Amino acid sequence: MSLSKIKFDKKIVLSFWIILIALIIAAPTLLPVFRLNLLGRYLSLSIVALGVDLIWGYTGLLSLGQGIFFALGGYCAAMYLQITSSSEFPNNIPEFFALYGVEKLPFFWEPFRSPVFTFFAIWIIPALVAGLIGFLVFRNRIKGVYFSILTQASLLVFFNFFNGQQKLINGTNGLKTDVTQLFGQMVGSESMQRIFFWITAILVITAWFFAKWVVKGRFGNILIGIRDDEPRVRFTGYNPVIFKTIIFSIAGGLAGISGALYTVQSGIVSPQFMTVPFSIEMVIWVAVGGRGTLLGAILGAVFINYAKSLVSEALPASWMFIQGGLFILVVTALPEGVLGWIKGDGPRNLLQRFGLRRKIETYPSLEINSKEKHNE
Amino acid sequence: MELLLDSLFNGVAIGSVLLVAALGLAIVFGLMGVINLAHGELMMLGAYTTYVTQLIFKLPILKPFYNSYIIVSIFLAFIVSGIVGILLEKTIIRKLYGSPLETLLATWGVSLILQQFVRSVPLAYGTGLVISLLIGLFLPTTFTSKIKESINFKYFKFSAWIFAALTGVLTGSLISSSVSKLSRASARNVDVTAPSWMRGQVEIIGTAFPKTRLMIIVITLISVIAITLFLNQSAWGMRIRAVTQNRQMSDCLGISTEKVDIITFGIGSGLAGVAGVAVSLLGSVGPNVGGNYIVGCFMVVVLGGVGNLLGTVLASFGIGIMTDLIGAGRLLSIWPDMPLPLSNTINFFATTSMARVMIFALIVIFLQFKPTGLFPQKGRMVEN
Repeated sequence: MSLSKIKFDKKIVLSFWIILIALIIAAPTLLPVFRLNLLGRYLSLSIVALGVDLIWGYTGLLSLGQGIFFALGGYCAAMYLQITSSSEFPNNIPEFFALYGVEKLPFFWEPFRSPVFTFFAIWIIPALVAGLIGFLVFRNRIKGVYFSILTQASLLVFFNFFNGQQKLINGTNGLKTDVTQLFGQMVGSESMQRIFFWITAILVITAWFFAKWVVKGRFGNILIGIRDDEPRVRFTGYNPVIFKTIIFSIAGGLAGISGALYTVQSGIVSPQFMTVPFSIEMVIWVAVGGRGTLLGAILGAVFINYAKSLVSEALPASWMFIQGGLFILVVTALPEGVLGWIKGDGPRNLLQRFGLRRKIETYPSLEINSKEKHNE
Repeated sequence: MELLLDSLFNGVAIGSVLLVAALGLAIVFGLMGVINLAHGELMMLGAYTTYVTQLIFKLPILKPFYNSYIIVSIFLAFIVSGIVGILLEKTIIRKLYGSPLETLLATWGVSLILQQFVRSVPLAYGTGLVISLLIGLFLPTTFTSKIKESINFKYFKFSAWIFAALTGVLTGSLISSSVSKLSRASARNVDVTAPSWMRGQVEIIGTAFPKTRLMIIVITLISVIAITLFLNQSAWGMRIRAVTQNRQMSDCLGISTEKVDIITFGIGSGLAGVAGVAVSLLGSVGPNVGGNYIVGCFMVVVLGGVGNLLGTVLASFGIGIMTDLIGAGRLLSIWPDMPLPLSNTINFFATTSMARVMIFALIVIFLQFKPTGLFPQKGRMVEN
């Protein structure tokens, strides 16, 4: 990773914030409801991307199972909404239970009657599950590719479980939220969606600052140390297991919040959130935006998803080609992502290549060294 | 006894599909350290090759040999997937050696492209493309050394590629005009029908076994034996093992590691194609057919221990037998009057999807005790 960074002027930063906040406040009036809803969904996806950036960009753990935590958060929110809006159905339980002849509410639904419990469950349950999976994996020093494969396998475990249990959580059909009530209003209604958009926007910014705070200071340094040379961190006297578990459960919690916000805005949570492609897509948002940059993760998630919806509307068949090409291009040509490329030497090298900027004179040995490093 | 035999056969049948699918992955992952997420799509190409071969063998000229199409398609599938694999290695994977996580993402991109490719390109022209790739990649290697060393070699190479492209387009349009089913792109699943001699069942010791399952077991057996012989007896096999053990030293001793990489990846991908033939016999063939197997394959490789073929064999049969035991609730029929809570639990997991949940959970638990699989690689390095 390049050391050189653009030093932002204070005025630029301030005006950036003012424009951003103005846009967030104005968005509901500027955009049609459909687009606003899409933007809100993509913003909520950027929270899970922040988590991926924390564990992959900073700690070097490539998780292909973030969908588990994302869906868990979504299910927590949907269960609360379903159960509080089920008073007119038989037995006072959500409607779908009647389809399978279930008369008694499964025990794990009970706590979700309480809004306070749900509020905490949305991020604590995914964080706990992530912490448990992470601890079991990290304790055995399973890392790198093996970690990725194991997270993918866990994803399939959860997918198959949620997909197969009709009597507990409506199986493959998922839980609908858009016709449920929250504070006396339909969740799918326009005014509620506008509120959800603002909540999402605020939470994205909060999550961004939180992530910045996490990677700042000694904790962040240890994370980067684990990414770059884990044995050395261990020999220095730190226990990487604890740090990896903590950061993995933080990412899990962020994924849960993201999933809950996504669910209320898309109107349904289903095991489709736990499919393999979706979880890998989360990684590619971060890879395109720039791993280890946080802001890149947010921008990557929003822009790629927006591009996806625009391209799929115009040319449905070509999105897979574009997405696949994007994967290959980013990995082979832009390993630091777009933001990393801009922050690093990318623009300078590009200008040099076209002769628009003079080459910086260096010692030949320096160039050879940097080239070798690049080839490694 | 009959029950046990039945269960064992089912387990072996499930396991052999897993094994033939995981074999190529074990070679690519174990010997080269490359995570090939496009492996499932290479299998899918093999399955589509079977379909195309079947339709071509229905043409009047080849009709008398129709019954042997499945044997031919095994070789063709090996070649088709192998060629695509070699292309993949030459263009993308070569740049990413030593960084497995990057290969993982890039090959996922490849898998998306391949999936969409079979959806939106007519299979006839797909066949033409594969043929031109085959000619373009292999024609230059058949030139005499005089041509190879001459300064005009690139022009020869270029003309070879032009010839390849022309042949490809010609075969593509020929197939497209003679087999109407292949002339249109379609996202729908297609079906491979087994030739008549493979339909029906065989009776062994009073139990009936479907012939297609037996065929898959035979394909798997032959693949495993062939690959073991290749790795242990042939000169290139020795070179591959040498490069696996110590790449730099092998390079110093004059082994062309570049060629070894191409051959290893080509064989691994080709085996995926063979697995595709086996998969096409089991159900309908669609663009997503490979995705169902890929995670299972990785679990087999991890469970067996990376770079160890015996481990891969044991792991896949172990997983196969366990899947049958749990998924069909066999324990219940062996021990009918077990206590109620236990039998309830077994019934809970006695579906295909829940059996998968259980199997993966068991593997994760197993890896708690043996993190490097059944047969770990020996070494004293800090980093594995």
